[in-house]
Amino acid sequence: MRAFEYASPKQKQQAVGLLGQQWGDAEVLAGGSDLLALMKDDIVHPKRLVNVKELPELRGITFNASRGLRIGSLMTLSEISEDAQVKEHHPMLAHAAGEAASPQIRNVATIGGNMCQRPRCWWFRNGFGLLATAPDGKSLVLQGDNRYHAILGNDGPAYFVSPSSLAPALIAYNARIRLFGPKGPREIPLEKFFVIPKSENEREHDLRPNEIVTDVIVPAPPSGVKASHYEVRQKAAFDWPYATASVVLDMNGDTVRSARVVMSHVAPIPWVSNEAAQALAGKTISEQTADAAGAAAVANAKSLGRNKYKIKLAHVAVKRAVLQAAKGGQA
Amino acid sequence: MAENTYQWPDASKRKLIGKRMNRVDGPVKASGRAKYTYDLVRPNMLYGDSVKCPYAHARVKSIDTSAAEKMPGVKAVHVIHGPDDGAKGEVFWAGTDIVAVAAVDEPTARDAVRAIKVEYEQLPHLVLNDKEPNLAEAEKSELYKVASKETVGDPNSAFQQSEVTHEGYYGSPVITHCCLETHGSVAEWPDKDHLFLHISTQNVPGIGEQVAKAIDMPASNVHVHQDHVGGGFGSKLGLDPWGVAAAQLSKKAGGVPVKMMLNRATELETAGCRPSAYARVKVGAKKDGTLLAWESYAWGSGGPGAPGSLAIPYVWKVPNQQKQYVGVVNHIGPSRAWRAPNHPQMCVITMGALDDLAAKLGMDTFDFVKKNIDLLDPRSKIYSEELDVANDLMQWKARWHPRGDSDTLGIPMEAISLQIGDNQYPPDSASGGSSTIGGVSSATFRAATDAKRQLIAKVAPALNAQPADLEVADGRVRVASDASRSLSWKEACSKLGAQTLTVRGTNPGEGDLTNSGVGGVQMADVSVDTETGIVKINKMVAVQDCGLVISPKQAESQVLGAMIMGVSYALYEEKVMDQTTGTMLNTNMDNYRLAGIGDVGELVVRLMTGPGYDERGVIGIGEPPTVSPGAAISNAVANAIGVRVPFLPLTPDRVLEALEKAQGEGGRA
Ligand SMILES: Cc1cc2nc3c(=O)[nH]c(=O)nc-3n(C[C@H](O)[C@H](O)[C@H](O)COP(=O)(O)OP(=O)(O)OC[C@H]3O[C@@H](n4cnc5c(N)ncnc54)[C@H](O)[C@@H]3O)c2cc1C
Repeated sequence: MRAFEYASPKQKQQAVGLLGQQWGDAEVLAGGSDLLALMKDDIVHPKRLVNVKELPELRGITFNASRGLRIGSLMTLSEISEDAQVKEHHPMLAHAAGEAASPQIRNVATIGGNMCQRPRCWWFRNGFGLLATAPDGKSLVLQGDNRYHAILGNDGPAYFVSPSSLAPALIAYNARIRLFGPKGPREIPLEKFFVIPKSENEREHDLRPNEIVTDVIVPAPPSGVKASHYEVRQKAAFDWPYATASVVLDMNGDTVRSARVVMSHVAPIPWVSNEAAQALAGKTISEQTADAAGAAAVANAKSLGRNKYKIKLAHVAVKRAVLQAAKGGQA
Repeated sequence: MAENTYQWPDASKRKLIGKRMNRVDGPVKASGRAKYTYDLVRPNMLYGDSVKCPYAHARVKSIDTSAAEKMPGVKAVHVIHGPDDGAKGEVFWAGTDIVAVAAVDEPTARDAVRAIKVEYEQLPHLVLNDKEPNLAEAEKSELYKVASKETVGDPNSAFQQSEVTHEGYYGSPVITHCCLETHGSVAEWPDKDHLFLHISTQNVPGIGEQVAKAIDMPASNVHVHQDHVGGGFGSKLGLDPWGVAAAQLSKKAGGVPVKMMLNRATELETAGCRPSAYARVKVGAKKDGTLLAWESYAWGSGGPGAPGSLAIPYVWKVPNQQKQYVGVVNHIGPSRAWRAPNHPQMCVITMGALDDLAAKLGMDTFDFVKKNIDLLDPRSKIYSEELDVANDLMQWKARWHPRGDSDTLGIPMEAISLQIGDNQYPPDSASGGSSTIGGVSSATFRAATDAKRQLIAKVAPALNAQPADLEVADGRVRVASDASRSLSWKEACSKLGAQTLTVRGTNPGEGDLTNSGVGGVQMADVSVDTETGIVKINKMVAVQDCGLVISPKQAESQVLGAMIMGVSYALYEEKVMDQTTGTMLNTNMDNYRLAGIGDVGELVVRLMTGPGYDERGVIGIGEPPTVSPGAAISNAVANAIGVRVPFLPLTPDRVLEALEKAQGEGGRA
């Protein structure tokens, strides 16, 4: 790890003032479960760390019927998974938070950090850059072992997968994210917060170098909604999923009025599948309709060479999430 | 009391042998109080780091350390691999240490590393290894070491006589040791002639001499200390460049302690691997299951020195064999002994092929093994007994079903499989090769016996008796024929006066206290999700023979640890290399994956003890139980899904590919 300056401001105005004009100047430190690893591996080397854990406004979980759920960006995955209000109104989110990583990590990992965590692409993590480009300009991913890489949104130059398994659950609930910068707050749909970088000096988030995430807002779902989050993960814990699917079904009796289907670990951003949603609209849920939704979700997927099996896994994740949701799921 | 003989006591006279005792260091390890080399912080300690070659194959052309040497806080710089070292500075794997530095803290050491300029000439490299080499081409290339063809019996006519034959591919990739405590040491020179070395090693007795040789000093001047080792599995027997460098840096820095521990990435990339082993196998048998013939074309790689030939078929004395092996040279961190070197890989290949053959014969593998049990000479009887015990523990006979016959598309699919393993090693002095228990307990026992004899000789006059009339029992030294004439242990020891008894046990020594060569049987019960290709372990049974069991709890722990390690290499582990950059990709434990407690299922261990086993003396158990899990799990999966997944680890991509292929070929067998 390289030497760095450490600041621990008490106010958010101060915090954003301490951040830099460009990436590389400073990084926001929350739980540190990702950032410290990135620094030790010399992948990021900020000159200054701005600890946000002393900003009280970034804490708290509150619910009200009109605005919905407000989760402060410093709330940990453990806190979210155990919170009574989250469990009551957004059980799929509590479930997804409780499935991630391991208990030790969930105790320190914050939701803000979870949204902003960096990709796990093994070239990126070994110092070959976010886009993993060889000196000759060719993609290392395309000519190498891309077994964990993207099957959707993979036209390049980014082929990594978005690592958050909470983001798709939140996006399926139509969550919004609130940011704070020198010009004050801004709020955008969480779906729009994730972007596919086009060049090496862009990042995967619509976050400016001098902005911080303050909260996540999750609207109260209409009554009668059924939701479920399914992860295809080989190990029982402490492992990254191959594919996940978060499904929210707005039901009209036995029929789906409308659906949200969001996948993760399949594309450089959480992947909202309108194709799968359309396949479900107006249908009653059966093994066949669930399977058709899974098939629609991966209709445009393509293998990079070693990751063809992930197409099948994403298909199955969607199918199982839909079936689980219809059975009552986590909602 | 017989003079000058050493004998393990009879079952009726055993006090502690065979009792369930807790490990002495259990509490400190479980509570995190145990201090490993990695944890050490010595007074005025400097931190070591090194420049590592980023290329898999290159030549060091020049090194400029001047900028680093001038940096404040940098106390020593030492060139490990210069343009004149080795074969003209040639480097054979990425991550090779080139220059080491010691500085006041880690960031300064890192900065110094970045300030060192090394010029390399890049050379062509090969890091991948799973392709079947073309024999004719291999014979012409330096990258392949073609072993001579081996023939046993008359394989051609044996295959002609075979009524059923089977051909298939089997194998396991290169994996690493992944020690939880990485390799490294803390070196210091209390004075200019003496080296004090804390080192993470399996070889406390031998490592001092190795260091001494490397830096040309008397071995007696090297003091080695280690309280605990955080895993070695065979990779911490020898001296490493970074170990020597720590000593050299400390010397250059005036003797202050220098700590040089590998980080996780370097540990995985360079500090040892298990070579891969792949084979195309053909086997033949009569309809009644009599095994007749074996033919294999095998290959494997594990660094710049191609691995040696495989002893396959493993354990089975198949009467007719034809074998060819090709070792592949590649540019990855070199292989080291990995808990039972080569045995797990050989077992995967052999038992995979035989299990497939049994399936083709329509036989339960259990019956197939029993039918051919004589080919397991000289341990046929042990295996046969163990099979029966394992059958009880797994309820094998009640639960076995023919391949793929577990309700074709339902998920999850369950299946069971069995496996036999074997291991045989000569004892050595380091803690490796499953020799620790044999080496240590026999030596300790001899020493204790000697000490007892000397003590008795000293106290006999006080009891008015001859030494031969005395015995030691219940904490007292007494006259065997008259227990009233006795001394407490403390009183007896006081007769020794100021001079204590110091006795050293040796091994090998007199008396037949140790043995080697054991047999084990393992069975696995797995579920396979045929939509996702995910394999879950439900239950594993290991029945293991290891002669006289000194401490059952610890022996069972060894077996449990081996089974867990087996689940890891069967389902998760693989050293993934990138041919373009020549480097390892999964250099972190979130993608170099090991089994967690939720992944291992129910583990059942049964040690074979009693007559027929005890009298063989103590036999090491560190390695044997690691041999079978890969094959057992692979065979269980084949039984569950009706098709062989040829190569470990059994990850979703491989399982789904095998299923798809089978469906493409018109459904399951
Ligand atoms: C083995 C392993 C398995 C894992 N499995 C999963 C999984 O299954 N699913 C999953 O979702 N995650 C998983 N994780 C990732 C884990 O959830 C994240 O590391 C964690 O959520 C990051 O939160 P943090 O508070 O520790 O962030 P930090 O490490 O402090 O920060 C991470 C990044 O976010 C930025 N950041 C943090 N907070 C803010 C803020 N308020 N405003 C702006 N930027 C900010 C930091 O600058 C940094 O770039 C896993 C991690 C490991 C190590």
